[in-house]
Amino acid sequence: MRHQIRVEVNGKSHEREVEARQLLVHFLRDELRLTGTNVGCETSLCGACTVWMDGKAVKSCTQLAVQADGCSVTTIEGMKQGDTFHPVQEAFWECHGLQCGYCTPGMIMAAGALLKENPSPSEAEIRQSLKGNLCRCTGYQNIVKAIAHAAQGGAQ
Amino acid sequence: MAEPRRSVAPGSPAERPLNWIGKPFRRVDGRAKVTGQAQFADDLTFPRMVYMRLVRSTVPHALIRAIDLSAAEKMPGVLAFLTGEDLPTPFGILPVSQDEHALCQDKVRFVGDPVVAVAALSEEQAYEAALAVRIDYEPLKTISGVDEALANPEPRIHDYGDYGNVHKAVSMRFGDTDAGFKAADLILEDLSYFEGNTHLAMEQHSAVALTEDDDRVTLYSSTQTPHYVHRALSKVLALPPSRVRVIACTNGGGFGGKSDPFHHEIAVAKMALKLGRPVKITLTREEVFYCHRGRHPVLMQLRTGFKRDGSMTAQHLKTALDGGAYGSYGVASTYYTGALQTVTYQLPTYHFEGVRAFTNKPPCGPKRGHGTPQPRFALETHLDKAAHRLGIDPATLRLNNLAEADSVTANWLRIGTMGLKECIEAVVEGSGWRQRYAKLPHGRGLGLACGSYLCGAGLPIYWNHMPQSGVQLKLDRSGGVAVFCGESEIGQGSDSVLAAVVAEVLGIDLADIRLCVADTDLTPVDLGSYSSRVTLMVGNAARQAAERARELIAGSVAERLEVPAEQLVFANGRVFSRADPETGLSFAEAVICTEAVHGTLGTTGSYTPPRSPGRYRGSGVGPSPAYSYSAAVIETEVDPATGLYEVRHVWIAHDIGRALNPVLTLGQVEGSVYMGLGEALMEEQVFRRLPERRSNALVHKMPSMLEYKSPTFHDMPPVTTYLIEDPDPQGPFGAKEVGQGPLLPIMPALANSIFDAVGVRIDQIPIQPQMIVKALQAKSSGKPARFGPTSFPEVDFGEELVVPTPAEGGDGRAISDFKHKLRAGMRGASGTMTTREEALKGKKDAPLTTV
Repeated sequence: MRHQIRVEVNGKSHEREVEARQLLVHFLRDELRLTGTNVGCETSLCGACTVWMDGKAVKSCTQLAVQADGCSVTTIEGMKQGDTFHPVQEAFWECHGLQCGYCTPGMIMAAGALLKENPSPSEAEIRQSLKGNLCRCTGYQNIVKAIAHAAQGGAQ
Repeated sequence: MAEPRRSVAPGSPAERPLNWIGKPFRRVDGRAKVTGQAQFADDLTFPRMVYMRLVRSTVPHALIRAIDLSAAEKMPGVLAFLTGEDLPTPFGILPVSQDEHALCQDKVRFVGDPVVAVAALSEEQAYEAALAVRIDYEPLKTISGVDEALANPEPRIHDYGDYGNVHKAVSMRFGDTDAGFKAADLILEDLSYFEGNTHLAMEQHSAVALTEDDDRVTLYSSTQTPHYVHRALSKVLALPPSRVRVIACTNGGGFGGKSDPFHHEIAVAKMALKLGRPVKITLTREEVFYCHRGRHPVLMQLRTGFKRDGSMTAQHLKTALDGGAYGSYGVASTYYTGALQTVTYQLPTYHFEGVRAFTNKPPCGPKRGHGTPQPRFALETHLDKAAHRLGIDPATLRLNNLAEADSVTANWLRIGTMGLKECIEAVVEGSGWRQRYAKLPHGRGLGLACGSYLCGAGLPIYWNHMPQSGVQLKLDRSGGVAVFCGESEIGQGSDSVLAAVVAEVLGIDLADIRLCVADTDLTPVDLGSYSSRVTLMVGNAARQAAERARELIAGSVAERLEVPAEQLVFANGRVFSRADPETGLSFAEAVICTEAVHGTLGTTGSYTPPRSPGRYRGSGVGPSPAYSYSAAVIETEVDPATGLYEVRHVWIAHDIGRALNPVLTLGQVEGSVYMGLGEALMEEQVFRRLPERRSNALVHKMPSMLEYKSPTFHDMPPVTTYLIEDPDPQGPFGAKEVGQGPLLPIMPALANSIFDAVGVRIDQIPIQPQMIVKALQAKSSGKPARFGPTSFPEVDFGEELVVPTPAEGGDGRAISDFKHKLRAGMRGASGTMTTREEALKGKKDAPLTTV
C-alpha cells in the first residue's frame, strides 16, 4: 500500500508516494539521495541513522517514512548554514571526534539535539544523552571532548 | 637514558623545523566526514543499478541436494540468479587455504554460508525473491568446537587440512627447553580461555560492481585490502587482472573484518558481468555476523620455568584455535598465537604448539591484534601469578626481564627499538602503583600488563619479491601534488599520514595535496590496511617518492637561482636559499621551472621490509621491521557479593617511535583501549544448539547488536594516555604502529586488577560477574581460587620443528627441517645433525620444582 506524504527535509519540501513499510532512513537515502545518514544496525541500537524530526533527535531506522508526513526533518546535510559549519560539526573536526566517520553524522545530530536542550552539559550528561549512539573507533573520549568544546563555543 | 635515535633517510628535511610531522593537524578526511559527504560503498548509485541478495544456508553442515528457483523466478522484478556452478573456482586470502567458493558448491559449512545469489530491480524485490528460493539439504553431523573436531575426524568439514577436522597443527621448539625447565626454581602451568568476538564495524559491508565492456569489471567495496580482493576476483572470474578494477571506498570501520576477499564481492561482480548493468549488495547486520573473520576462540596452556629472581628459563605454550568453517587467515592466526610471545621479555628457550580446528561456525580470522591478544592474555596473567608466587612486584618482575633492544629473540625475531621500560615506568608512575598496588581496600585493585605488536608483517600474503607498498607523485604547473597509493583508509588516519609525509618533505600545505588511493587501476600496489603496516610501509614509500621529487626540483631551482642545491630549503610553500631566504620561488614556480627542464614530472617510492633472520618453516609469521610496545594499569572496583565490577581508570603508555600526528595517535590508543575493554568486559560471539527435535543444529546465539553487547559512552572509564617517543630507524620520521598494540595489555590488566581487588584469578575472557562469584566460592571452600578452563585436550601437533636459538649458535634454520636435511645430505654435509628422536629426548621428564 502506498501513501502520499509531504516532508520538509533540510528546509526543502518534498512530496512523495511511499510504501507504508518504507523506513524514514531509506526514504532519506534512497528517495532523496541524502546518504549522509547511515544505517549501522537496523535494530535502533547504534544511532548511526539519527536525524532530527521537528527538532528532536530520532533514529530514522525505527521511524516509518509515513510517520514523517507533515514533519520537518533535518539531516547531517542540513547542519551547515551557508559556509558556516554547525558548532558541533566544527568541534568534531577540530577535536578529532571521529575516525572512520560512519557513526559521525548520527553522533553530530544527537549531540546537536542535546545542546539545543542543554547548552552546557556536564560530561556525565553528555554520556547519558548519547548512550544510544555507538562508536567502535574512538572509545568515545574525543567525541565527549568535541561536544564539550562545541558547548563552550556557544552552540545554539 | 640512551640518546634518542635519529631517523635514517639522508638529506631529510630535519634540518628545518618540521611543519606537519609531530603536529596535531586536522585529519584530511575530517571535513567530508562531519558533513555527510564521505562516500561509503552503500552511498554509491549508478544509472540502471540493480540489487543483489545472497541466499544463505540455514543449516550448519549439510550436503546440498537440490536448489529450487522456480518460485523465486516468478517473483516481481527478478532478473537473474547465480549458483555454485556459475562460480566454481575456489579462493581464499592465503594461498595455502583456497577453500572458499563465492557460492557453495555441494555442501554448506555454517549457518550463513551463501548458496544462491539473486538480482532484482529493487532491494526489496531481491530480498523477497531470496526468501522464495528453496534449498533441500541432507544434514551432516555438526562440529561445534575444538573438542568435537578432535573427537570427530569424520565427517570432515573440508577435504584438506593436516588431519580429520584439524586444519593446521604446528609444533616448534626453539632451543633446549628441557634444560631450561630443569634449571628453573619454579615451574608454573596455567590454563586460560579467550572467547571469540567480532569486529562489529559500524558499517555493514557493501559492494557495487559495474561492467565497462563485456569483459571488464569494476568493484567498489568496503574493503581493507583492495589488492587481495583484486587477485581473488581475477582468479574466480577468470579475467586477466588488468581487466578487473577494485576501488576501496572509505571504510566505515574495519578492525580486520574487511581484510578477506568476500563471497558477496565476487558474486556481485559476476552478476554485473551477467546482467551488463551495475549491481549493488549491502549486507544486513545479521550477514555481517556471518562474514565474521573475528577473534578466534583460543584455549591455552602455558608452562614457564622461572628463576627465583623472576627471570624465565623456558616456556611451553599450547594453543587450540576454533577456526570456524573456512581457512581465512587461520594458518597465520595459528602461528601468531605463538610468534610474539618472545618480544617483550627475555626468554632463552621456547616451545610452541598450536592447532586450529575447523568447526561449523562463521570463519574466524584477523581482528585487531590478530592471534596475539589471546596468548598475551595467557602470558600477562601468568606473569602476575609468577610475581605473586615469587614475592616480586609484577612491575619489577617485568622491568627486570625486558627483552633487549637491537636483539634477536629465541624464535629469530629481530627487535629494534624497545620502549617497554619507559611504558611501564609511565603507567606505574601515573597510577601510583608503588604506593597503591596490593594496598587498596578489599574490592579495589590495580592490575598491570604489557604487550607488543608488529609494525607490518614482514612478508606479503603471497610469496613475491616486489615492494609491499608503492607511492607515485604527479607534480605539475598548478603547484598541486597528486599522491597515488593503494592504501585504504579505514578510519585509522592513513590518508592523513600519507598526505602529511609528502607535505612535510616538499614543504607544502596539506591543502595542495590531492590523494588518489585504493584504486587498483590507478594506484601502485599497497598490500592494504592490516598488520598495522600502513604508517611504516606507506610512510616510507611516500617519503622516498617525495624525496625524489624534492631532489629533481632542487636541481632545477639551483640552476635557476644559482644557489647550490644543498642550500635550498623547502618550506611554507616555497623553495628558497637558506643563506638568503628572499632568494627563492614559490613551490608552483619551482615545479614549473623543473617541468621546463625535465618535462612531465612524476616520481615513485616503494618500500620492502628488511629480511628476517629466521629461516625455518613458519618463520614468515612474526617478523616485522619494528615492534611497538605498550603497558597498561587498570584500576577496578569489584563487589564481592555479586561479582559486578567497574573499571575505574585506565593508564596506558604506548611506544610509538614517533607520533606523526599526536592527536591521531592518541585516538588510536584510546580506541584500542575501548576495544580491549569491550573484549574483556562483555563481547563474545557465541553459539547454541537447537533442541534435538529441531535438528540439534548449531546456530549463532543471536546475530544482532541486540545480543552482541559492546561498550557505550557509559562503559568507558577515564583513560590517561602516555606516548613514549624514541624514533625507530625503520619508521618514516621514526614512527611505529599504534592501531593494534595498545589493545593487547587491556584484557590481562583487567584480570590482574580483579585479583588485586578480591584475590581470585579469572582465567577467561570476557570476565563475567558470575565467574568472580564462582571463583570466590571456590576459594572459600578451599578449592583453587580461580575460574577458567581445567583441561587441555590431547592433540597431535604434528612433527616438531627444532630450531637452535641465536644463543645456541643457530643459523635461523631448523635442524629437523626435512628439506634442510635433504639439501644438506645432497651437499654431503658432515656437520652435526640432531635427529628428531634426539631432539625430542626428555620431552616428558622435565622436573617439577617449586620455590
